[in-house]
Amino acid sequence: MKDESAREEKRCEVLNILARDGRATAEAIAKQTGRPVDEVKSLVSQYESDGVIKRYNAVIDWEKAGFDKVTAFIDVRVVPARDVGFDAIAGRIARFPEVRSVWLVSGGSDLRVVVEATNLRQLANFVAEKLSTINGVTGTVTHFQLRRYKEDDVLYLEAEGNERLVISP
Amino acid sequence: MTSLKPIAKIASALPVSGIRRFFDIAASMQDVISLGVGEPDFVTPWSIREAAIYSLERGQTSYTSNWGLIELRRAISEHLEQLYQVSYRPEDQILITVGVSEGLDIALRTILDAGDEVLVPEPCYVSYKPCISLAGGIPVAVETTAEEGFRITAQKLEAHLTSRTKAILLGYPSNPTGATMPRSLMEEIVRFAEAHGLYILSDEIYDRLTYEGEHTCVPSIKGAFERTILFNGFSKAYAMTGWRIGYICAPSDILATMMKIHSYTMLCAPITGQKAALEALKGSEPQVLDMVEQYSQRRRVIVNGFNQIGLDCHMPAGAFYAFPSIASTGLSCEDFAERLLYEQRVALVPGTAFGAGGANHVRCSYATSIDKIEQALARIKCFVDQLKTPTARI
Repeated sequence: MKDESAREEKRCEVLNILARDGRATAEAIAKQTGRPVDEVKSLVSQYESDGVIKRYNAVIDWEKAGFDKVTAFIDVRVVPARDVGFDAIAGRIARFPEVRSVWLVSGGSDLRVVVEATNLRQLANFVAEKLSTINGVTGTVTHFQLRRYKEDDVLYLEAEGNERLVISP
Repeated sequence: MTSLKPIAKIASALPVSGIRRFFDIAASMQDVISLGVGEPDFVTPWSIREAAIYSLERGQTSYTSNWGLIELRRAISEHLEQLYQVSYRPEDQILITVGVSEGLDIALRTILDAGDEVLVPEPCYVSYKPCISLAGGIPVAVETTAEEGFRITAQKLEAHLTSRTKAILLGYPSNPTGATMPRSLMEEIVRFAEAHGLYILSDEIYDRLTYEGEHTCVPSIKGAFERTILFNGFSKAYAMTGWRIGYICAPSDILATMMKIHSYTMLCAPITGQKAALEALKGSEPQVLDMVEQYSQRRRVIVNGFNQIGLDCHMPAGAFYAFPSIASTGLSCEDFAERLLYEQRVALVPGTAFGAGGANHVRCSYATSIDKIEQALARIKCFVDQLKTPTARI
């Protein structure tokens, strides 16, 4: 039993390292966790095939890179369908490439959708022509993103300074 | 005019910290990778900082009780009970201090008469011996070695026991060696102290940074409570060095005397730091565990790195220091540190800064990013390889 939980801990440790740095190699992870390289390799490929690790991607500040992006958070009210509830309609919305995220949420609306486009017109077209016209969608409320402060654990604020002494006791 | 009288002998005889000289050199150089830092590279977790800001917004800027905020003492009491099943009364057995440093100072001044001896396992934290001297005592170094994993035994202490011995000053997990003490070994130390009527001063500031085995909290050992003064604080586990908040736990009669000194010399620890510390105990456990996990990973990288370079290094079980031997290079640890700094721009601290027992070793802090550690190791390898082939250098 104790062995089991120790192994669980190691598994989580490997995921923590990859969540911080998706480019960490099996060799580097092995060094940090004290596990054999082969074990790390097979563990990671297991994660990949199980879908625990979805993919590896860079977090990009598109604005800084000089690209225009418009993001909107859209609250969608829908009529759930018989047998499949919200899943069918959520799936239809999720498959549009403009849609970054879709969640079923509690509260005043049913689905919360994050949509990204290159300009306002494109986004408005998406809402008016694609989203609102889906059978079962009864209403939308669109919130445009004005400024981003933190996204997916990354801060978009002025860097924090922590000036340590070069040598201290 | 008569010439000015000299300053106090005790103060002027204090040695300058061995760390100081390297600090001055390193601070004047560019592109230095420092493994010389004795503090976390993490910033204090935001929830803690936010709690301090909120306390300032509410105008909480006054003195606190000399003892420190009672809510904080209650939280510390619960924390120790939960972690180590040791019970200190918040009302009169816990005192909030300005870091462990102040705690150590007032404890030594409380228990020592002039000429009393204190047994100090070496290598040890730089302040231990000067603080004993300032309190009128005599530090008696008891050397521990790499072969023994820098652990102290009752047998070794016994060899330095005299009729003037009054206390043992322990600091495990250890700065600079990273050594920890298994419970069985610590129990022997407690038996030894009992047999000779000695106080035990236990600085456990690195307790949460224990990576292998469990931390042994000295007062939790049978027979230790009534003779132990426990020191701890928030600097290391919560990355709060600059807040300067520590605490002493001790039996109420001893603590009452320490409290007198504290009330005259310090009055109280800063209130903003105390508010922050309270939040640290209430809601920072996930962040602490996350930091501990990352320290442990860096520890493996740096220790394996040293061993591959040919600098023997035991795997430290606690704190955030590796303490490799540089004996194989033929250099003294001071020369090693100085030349490494000038030639490869890596700052670390020679072992002798922590007592004679640290000779032939250097202290390397791994409280820095993996990336920096890898770069530093590459530079150290370069330096050591050059030493091996002196003809290659012209």
